[in-house]
Amino acid sequence: MDLTYSDEYVDFRDEVRTFIERHRDQAPIGELSRSRARLAWQRLLIEHGYTARTIPKEYGGYGAEPDILRSRIIAEEFSAARVPMGLADQGISMLVPTLLERGTEEQKRRWIGPTIRGEVVWCQGYSEPGSGSDLASLKTRAEVEGDEFVINGQKIWTSTAKEADMMFCLVRTEPDAPKHQGISYVLIPMDSPGIEVRPLVTMTGHAEFNEVFFTDVRIPTSQIVGERGEGWLVANTTLKHERGMLGDPNAAQAHLQQLVDLMREERADGDRLIDNPALRDRLLKLQGTALAMKFNGLRLLTSSARGEDAKIARLAVKLNGCELNHQIAALAIDALGELGLLYRGDERARDGGGWQWQYMFQLGMIIGGGTAQIQKNIISERGLGMPREPKTGG
Amino acid sequence: MDFGLSPEQHMLQDSVARYAAESAPLERVRRYAEGADDGSEMWSALVDMGVLGAAVPERAGGLGLGLLDAALVQEQLGAGVVPVDHLPHAVVAQALVRTGASDALAKMLAGEVRYALALSHAVQQREGAGVRAQGDGALEGSSLFAQGLRGAERILTADDQGRLWVVRTSDAEIRMHESIDKTRPLGEVRFQSAPAELIDPSGEALGDLVHVARVLLAADTLGAVQHMLDAAVAYSLEREQFGRVIGSFQAVKHLCAEMAAQIEPARSLMWYAAYAFDHLPDEFALCACHAKAHLDEVGRFVARTATEVHGGMGFTDLLGLHYWFKRIGANRQLLGGPELVREDAALLQDW
Ligand SMILES: Cc1cc2nc3c(=O)[nH]c(=O)nc-3n(C[C@H](O)[C@H](O)[C@H](O)COP(=O)(O)OP(=O)(O)OC[C@H]3O[C@@H](n4cnc5c(N)ncnc54)[C@H](O)[C@@H]3O)c2cc1C
Repeated sequence: MDLTYSDEYVDFRDEVRTFIERHRDQAPIGELSRSRARLAWQRLLIEHGYTARTIPKEYGGYGAEPDILRSRIIAEEFSAARVPMGLADQGISMLVPTLLERGTEEQKRRWIGPTIRGEVVWCQGYSEPGSGSDLASLKTRAEVEGDEFVINGQKIWTSTAKEADMMFCLVRTEPDAPKHQGISYVLIPMDSPGIEVRPLVTMTGHAEFNEVFFTDVRIPTSQIVGERGEGWLVANTTLKHERGMLGDPNAAQAHLQQLVDLMREERADGDRLIDNPALRDRLLKLQGTALAMKFNGLRLLTSSARGEDAKIARLAVKLNGCELNHQIAALAIDALGELGLLYRGDERARDGGGWQWQYMFQLGMIIGGGTAQIQKNIISERGLGMPREPKTGG
Repeated sequence: MDFGLSPEQHMLQDSVARYAAESAPLERVRRYAEGADDGSEMWSALVDMGVLGAAVPERAGGLGLGLLDAALVQEQLGAGVVPVDHLPHAVVAQALVRTGASDALAKMLAGEVRYALALSHAVQQREGAGVRAQGDGALEGSSLFAQGLRGAERILTADDQGRLWVVRTSDAEIRMHESIDKTRPLGEVRFQSAPAELIDPSGEALGDLVHVARVLLAADTLGAVQHMLDAAVAYSLEREQFGRVIGSFQAVKHLCAEMAAQIEPARSLMWYAAYAFDHLPDEFALCACHAKAHLDEVGRFVARTATEVHGGMGFTDLLGLHYWFKRIGANRQLLGGPELVREDAALLQDW
């Protein structure tokens, strides 16, 4: 065990700091996704290798060797300076790694560059009304006609479908095969005739996700990633990337710091919230858990650098991390008392009503990307070797 | 930058686990708990392994490793509920290193002089406990919940100024407590003008010693909860009800998953806190508090949940699972329960 950084990394950290100092006035404010300033910032980050770092140059990336320590230093410095990191939407975090692993040369050249630059926005079309946790039971069909797939069916809970240019989507191409072997992974332009997107308002009051209907939507068969019937394997490449992203301990650290600041600044009956023993103890408990998750993250970095499987330490990240984020928001609301009720638009709302939004949004994260119960199935089966759930139907 | 155990550290864990299995199998732990084994063989086998000096520099006769290595030893002792007083000796070793008491340290590492640790009153005072100096050669007062009294010749304690003293057990009045954890007997020491040697007049070492002890308690709990989870999973794959192993019921699987999901991050926290002692001194105290409090909470959850997975069998004396349950319970109370330790963490951050 050795947590010191060698000179090479110390220099790299200086380099990142200098970059941030020099360019911070160009950093976009707020998280508004596709503003002109945001896209310019993204291009600047790619150019300096602070995002899309390991994506090969020929596909529009920076082309560096994978080095988890450098990635970590970048993340630490950007979050310490509170300047926005590179974009990390579903296209960048899930589709791009999948294409790199499974895509054809033509697909990589066509999609990776515009995606990492934020010019092409993707949505993930997996879940269906009848197929959530049991994703492999999905029914949306794609039939081959000549050199086209003809797609009919429905997706649901599709985040950002309204804004997206493209969808990476799971469809059933081999209806007679066993359910896991009949699925293909295809790329669908969202402006294709026959696609209808209906926003679904969520509990936050905003339409974070959508229903997407397909009626005789035609795409070239070349828009498949991997072979026909291999879609389940291809999708699992992306799910792996998704679960690493959900429950990210750095995000929890940032939320926790914000909560500490809030509780030190806010007062009730003249006393700082942090001086209330019950609230203070809850805050400390969360801090302990957040530290455990942070150091667990360090351990995962080392396992991956050593080429070892961290097993349960890795499988537990999504389950624990999302729950932690939810609990952090819950404490902020409780500490604020009745003020904690105020939501976006109220002038007395603290942090713009963001804590209530977080509290709800993080519950969505507990459900999305494989529910907490599904994570527990995975931990007990793959991590502890307990019997698999009985499979029925197909 | 590398945050994982080295091959040598894995070997250290394996050898202590082997020692635990060979020298302290459950039947022997039980005999010790019932007073039919005085523990001296288990103790000398531990001394012979040389691990008491894991975190002692080589020039002072130790292995020259770090607190993390001492914690890995403690973890394996917790996993086997081994009735030996490694913890007080590992803490005393740090005190003796700090104060340059090299002769005393050599004797302790060789197993010639055994120590007890009486610091409970420095964390929280109950029942009028507290120790005051009389001049510079004697102590007056009492301390509860001293660890390692059985077989000890010396007691390390602190006065109300935080200064460290060593007292001969024969100069103190000792009464053993009836505590739930029979694998590490606790007792009360009373000093009445007891002759004592002042080893740290600065009063500066005490804080670190308490935090070292907290990390070791966390490590002991970590080992114990891992054992309880392993036992619960193994039992769930054997025991059948309704025509199938109980480990195939999702309710049981999820309990086990929850235990596992809490244990692994807690392990990372314990590693970090122990590593910080030697390499990140500014972070040590805070991480030690969090490691202790967090493992106290994980410990409570796993101790009850793993017992529950065993059904009525878990509740019996016969199976012996309760030794782990109680050891975890004792670690939680000792040197500050989670609420107290978290408040220490708050003060360390100037909240
Ligand atoms: C905010 C948000 C964003 C999302 N974004 C997307 C997206 O962009 N693209 C996309 O494709 N999907 C998206 N999803 C969908 C998400 O992946 C699904 O909601 C999730 O997989 C659960 O499926 P379900 O909603 O059908 O619930 P169900 O599968 O019906 O589950 C309902 C309950 O039953 C439990 N359950 C189900 N099966 C089991 C089992 N085997 N064992 C134990 N318990 C079980 C679940 O844990 C849950 O508590 C999003 C969801 C949310 C909340």
